[in-house]
Amino acid sequence: MSVKYIAKSSAIASRLLGGEMMVMSSADSTFFTLNPVATVVWQAADGVTPLTEIVADHVCAEFEVDAETAHRDVERFVEELSQHGILLVSETPIAVSATSPTEAA
Amino acid sequence: MNPSYQITVEIGGMPILLQTQDDSFRRLLARRYAGFVDSAARPRFEFDIELTTPSRKAPDEGVRVEMQDGMWRLRRGDFRAQWNPDAGRGRIRQSANPYSIDSVLRIVHTLILAQEGGFLLHAAGAIRKGRAFLFSGVSGAGKTTISRLAPPDVTLLTDEVSYIRRVDAGYRACGTPFAGELARVGENCSAPIGSLFFLAQGPENKIEPMATAEAVRRLMRNILFFAEDVALVDSVFQSACEFVERVPVQRLTFAPDSRVWRMIG
Repeated sequence: MSVKYIAKSSAIASRLLGGEMMVMSSADSTFFTLNPVATVVWQAADGVTPLTEIVADHVCAEFEVDAETAHRDVERFVEELSQHGILLVSETPIAVSATSPTEAA
Repeated sequence: MNPSYQITVEIGGMPILLQTQDDSFRRLLARRYAGFVDSAARPRFEFDIELTTPSRKAPDEGVRVEMQDGMWRLRRGDFRAQWNPDAGRGRIRQSANPYSIDSVLRIVHTLILAQEGGFLLHAAGAIRKGRAFLFSGVSGAGKTTISRLAPPDVTLLTDEVSYIRRVDAGYRACGTPFAGELARVGENCSAPIGSLFFLAQGPENKIEPMATAEAVRRLMRNILFFAEDVALVDSVFQSACEFVERVPVQRLTFAPDSRVWRMIG
């Protein structure tokens, strides 16, 4: 299995509000509300931490879920957000300049 | 040198001077913005209006708002405008009609407000007992109806577009001349916002809470915004989230009769 890196697109706005992470695409105004698992993945999407490490350190550790289930769920979430251009996915680390300029809490 | 005629239109406490070489057009503007003209106000921004022959293009054709080299460029079938916000000056090319200048002013105000944490919202607005109440929704949701049903102690700010300013830790709603089906210009006054209601029509009157995410989603859908600038879109999104954090946002279902106003204020 190849290593994957994820980073937030520069064309998004996001904010943690009332315990929920809200993400909006500046390009087409698509709006997402992330569940708690997706939120920790989103917050850890720094472009340089491998996705497997994010799942192990954040998802499995914080949500007491087995690795196989966590990987399957996270892959699905990453795929969906990348299709909307909200998450960038690469087999090599992603430059910091490509990440989101704003993430308010 | 041709004489120029000026008029200062102050909406939301933001005086904008409009300058034209056609006195009849200035008089048309004075009638259109009656109640919002303040010749004593010191303008924050100034626009020269160059009148042209009417365009054959449909007014709603392709609104484009872009920032290039520090200059906002606004373009639609019936007007062209450019505005340098740092210099405080701009220029508008349009025919002598009130609809084009109305659209330019709406766009300019959305850009000004975006920098200050405020926005224009598709919403009727009214003041009761010192607080403003906003009624938002898509066309047909009931903005005009609820405005028409307002009792005499209510001051109508607008039946179509609400002007929302961030003031200290709260928000104020200001009256606008941007009228909807009621074709009535709002009162030029403001008040702190008590609640924002998203409208639905139904068999009985009721107010229900709205989840935070749904409130932000509905709010974003009804904010007037034209620019495709990523930083500005981000700014408006953050403003919408902050608004939802500070102002109660609820769903108001109402039967179209005046009893709904017993629940408001």
